[in-house]
Amino acid sequence: MTETFYEVLRRQGITRRSFLKFCSLTATSLGLGSAAAPRIAHALETKARTPVIWLHGLECTCCSESFIRSAHPLTKDVVLSMLSLDYDDTLMAAAGHQAEAIIEEVKKKYKGNYIVAVEGNPPLNEDGMFCIHGGRPFVEVLKETCADAKAIISWGACASYGCVQAAKPNPTRATPVHKVISGKPIINVPGCPPIAEVMTGVVTYMLTFDRIPELDRQGRPKMFYGQRIHDKCYRRGHFDAGQFAEAWDDEGSRKGYCLYKMGCKGPTTYNACSSMRWNGGVSWPVQSGHGCIGCSEEGFWDKGSFYDRVTDIKAFGVEANADTIGKAAAGTVGAAIAAHAAVTALARARQKAGETEEQKGEK
Amino acid sequence: MAAYETQGFKVDNSGKRVVVDPVCRIEGHLRVEVNLDDKNVIRNAVSTGTMWRGLEVILKGRDPRDAWAFTERICGVCTGTHALTSVRAVEDALKIQIPENANTIRNLMQLNLYIHDHLVHFYHLHALDWVDVVSALKADPKATSALAQSISSWPLSSPGYFRDIQNRLKKFVESGQLGPFMNGYWGNPAYKLPPEANLMAVAHYLEALDFQKEIVKVHTIFGGKNPHPNWLVGGVPCAINLEGVGAVGAVNMERLNLVKSIIDRCAEFVEQVYIPDLLAIGSFYKGWLYGGGLSSKNMLSYGDIPQKANDYTSGNLLLPRGAIINGKLDEIHPVDLKDPEQVQEFVAHSWYKYPDESKGLHPFDGVTEPSFVLGPNTKGTKTNIKELDEGGKYSWIKAPRWRGHAMEVGCLPRMVLGYLQPKQYPEIHGLVDGALKKLDVPVTALFSTLGRTAARGLETAYCVKLQQQQFDKLMTNLKSGDLNTANIEKWEPSTWPKEAMGAGFTEAPRGALGHWIRIKETKIDNYQCVVPTTWNGGPRDHKGQIGAFEASLMDTPVAKADEPLEILRTLHSFDPCLACSTHVMSPDGQEMTSVKVR
Repeated sequence: MTETFYEVLRRQGITRRSFLKFCSLTATSLGLGSAAAPRIAHALETKARTPVIWLHGLECTCCSESFIRSAHPLTKDVVLSMLSLDYDDTLMAAAGHQAEAIIEEVKKKYKGNYIVAVEGNPPLNEDGMFCIHGGRPFVEVLKETCADAKAIISWGACASYGCVQAAKPNPTRATPVHKVISGKPIINVPGCPPIAEVMTGVVTYMLTFDRIPELDRQGRPKMFYGQRIHDKCYRRGHFDAGQFAEAWDDEGSRKGYCLYKMGCKGPTTYNACSSMRWNGGVSWPVQSGHGCIGCSEEGFWDKGSFYDRVTDIKAFGVEANADTIGKAAAGTVGAAIAAHAAVTALARARQKAGETEEQKGEK
Repeated sequence: MAAYETQGFKVDNSGKRVVVDPVCRIEGHLRVEVNLDDKNVIRNAVSTGTMWRGLEVILKGRDPRDAWAFTERICGVCTGTHALTSVRAVEDALKIQIPENANTIRNLMQLNLYIHDHLVHFYHLHALDWVDVVSALKADPKATSALAQSISSWPLSSPGYFRDIQNRLKKFVESGQLGPFMNGYWGNPAYKLPPEANLMAVAHYLEALDFQKEIVKVHTIFGGKNPHPNWLVGGVPCAINLEGVGAVGAVNMERLNLVKSIIDRCAEFVEQVYIPDLLAIGSFYKGWLYGGGLSSKNMLSYGDIPQKANDYTSGNLLLPRGAIINGKLDEIHPVDLKDPEQVQEFVAHSWYKYPDESKGLHPFDGVTEPSFVLGPNTKGTKTNIKELDEGGKYSWIKAPRWRGHAMEVGCLPRMVLGYLQPKQYPEIHGLVDGALKKLDVPVTALFSTLGRTAARGLETAYCVKLQQQQFDKLMTNLKSGDLNTANIEKWEPSTWPKEAMGAGFTEAPRGALGHWIRIKETKIDNYQCVVPTTWNGGPRDHKGQIGAFEASLMDTPVAKADEPLEILRTLHSFDPCLACSTHVMSPDGQEMTSVKVR
């Protein structure tokens, strides 16, 4: 008899009251509102653990490292009580044949009922042998493992878009997962890496509601990737007031002014950093003084220097630079701000109408 | 291949071949093949890096100020150390001096990485090589509590606490869904701990998993996130503002207090959990002193943690620099990354092509042309390799050599170099000496798998002290009124010379890390990295000299030929990082060659 998450907690002396509190926290962190808490509680009380096979292609393991940073839920509770992490090269006890046998076993025993989480991506050049797994091309192992899966999670920029090894000229032909796997639901969770609680949030959502989260056109969960960094940035007031850091460690930097002129990619980046922040909410890139580098956007490595202003790459769809924005904000409303405000207003109006804020007109 | 002798080892591949692929609980993709003689002793070892990403060619033509972000993505486990090496290389090339505060904050971040990385390695990547999780079910929680309280004052040590952990483990095992513990080598005779020590270790495995996420918050404060915090050529991106308007938008007193509290918690956990666990586990394994490999012969460290900003000479480094060759511990050779005779890479047995493969190339002149050619005695096919032929090319890792010698890099060389220089490194000497006395083993015991694992723990204790010391240094400098964090004199590319070249180094947690950059007309013209696992995990060279992983497995008896527990234990003691080791490529990014099985 497989133990449910609730039973595990109870056995550990955790009260039902704390359990329900956990459920409502989870509901809140997922942006679902308190009404969802009882459903989460019910799901966790009754479900056995879903097997997860976590594969690694060409990557740097930053996604695994981020995953284990999750504060709510704690990683140990995810791994021991919420899912069954049956295969993960980075954490598993077994190796070699004993490890490979697990993939076969899970495929057979849980056909159509396991999740494949992919970190990294398969290279296609050199017959796939730029990434060798058990003497064979990783891409083959990936295809076989995904064949009987219920759903696939593409962790991070590598699996979702290709990331750094796919930056020009992409010497190994590193290829995102959704370009080699078809016929399965694939959830892209981009970022280099994604935020820990976004990762555990996506997994918990799938286990709780037994469905994949609502995705945008790029396959990303809307609940975490539906809004721009810029729209929720705590320095947004300085942008609107035309107060910018002009150089590293200048007066503006020390006052926490907007980093737009320092190359911040917040205006063109969809992610949850400015709302959820990082590492238990301690900080996030802009708060610590460096502009967003846009690591959750497709092809972010090939959009010019991280210190080029986004206006220079026509992100707003208008020709302007930050100096115009500064002047405009200080005086009359300029073209860039107007365009920017229009986009924001449009999004607000759409949200009022009950729609999720989307990136229309931006991409 | 006939048997032959190299570096004091007799290499013989005539016995039963055992293949381990993938080697798990590491970063990246590694394969190892060994030959066992009729007594199950390893007589030949073949280490193969099985991934390649080609990052340097991707860097060509880009803005040198962006290089830190690209190279940081070489590895998300030792996150930040490549970025630091990169900004140092660019600053060396462009002759940029960084402010004292920037140097100290970088040191704090690098030390913080060490503490996190070593702790996670010990508990989550390495512990299961020493700790039998299933045996913990047989432990008496009361006796476990007595054991825990006899070695440490850590408060989570009551019989009830261990009983709860044991119950949770029991239900977990009984569920039949063993998760990451599935198909482990439980019950293998190479496990030596009594059930009580196993239960204590399992409890601390879980505690360490909870705690590690707190450690990295130092990166989050100064770099905005972890993994992959942000860095800056010329300093650090976080401005400091202690009292002025807008201080809440910068590093202020609250942020510094948070850093301080994390530093204190690191010290507590390392001193009260990690070190006592290490010594307790070590005491049960001190009769198992295999795995020394090259460590008693050849060791290399570039050194790190410059006390004063912009001085990278060995006298200013709080982690020691130097090379030891041929086991002569009384002679520490100076190390120079720019000397073309010192660091060279060879490819005779690597999947790359050189015009002359009997010669090595210095990284400033590095060439990396992929050439995926398997040796004539390979078993299997190109895309389904059963057994590799180490007589031919067999790894995506190059073979770096220091003055022609294969070297071990990492925590063990650093701690040995510190131990050998008690005047400059009294704390390291004291820590090593204390552990040797406590375990009642001679100095030579350091040159082993266990020695490597112990060195990592002792280094963590040293880093905890350095982290406290660097924080005090930061506060002293701030008190003096210096708030500077970045030097922007040469931020604009228009201020740069037409051509420049530079080298940057760090000691990554896994060992010596160097980046070499050439800048031409404000863009990257050539970028090369030689990284720790290239040193340790590299294959044979043209002379047949074996690498550090290979040497470490030699002559080790294996309890069960079909369970690679001892192999994993020794490989893990290096903390392999394969994404780091196998990404190099030529400055020109030549066309990929197609495979030829000769």
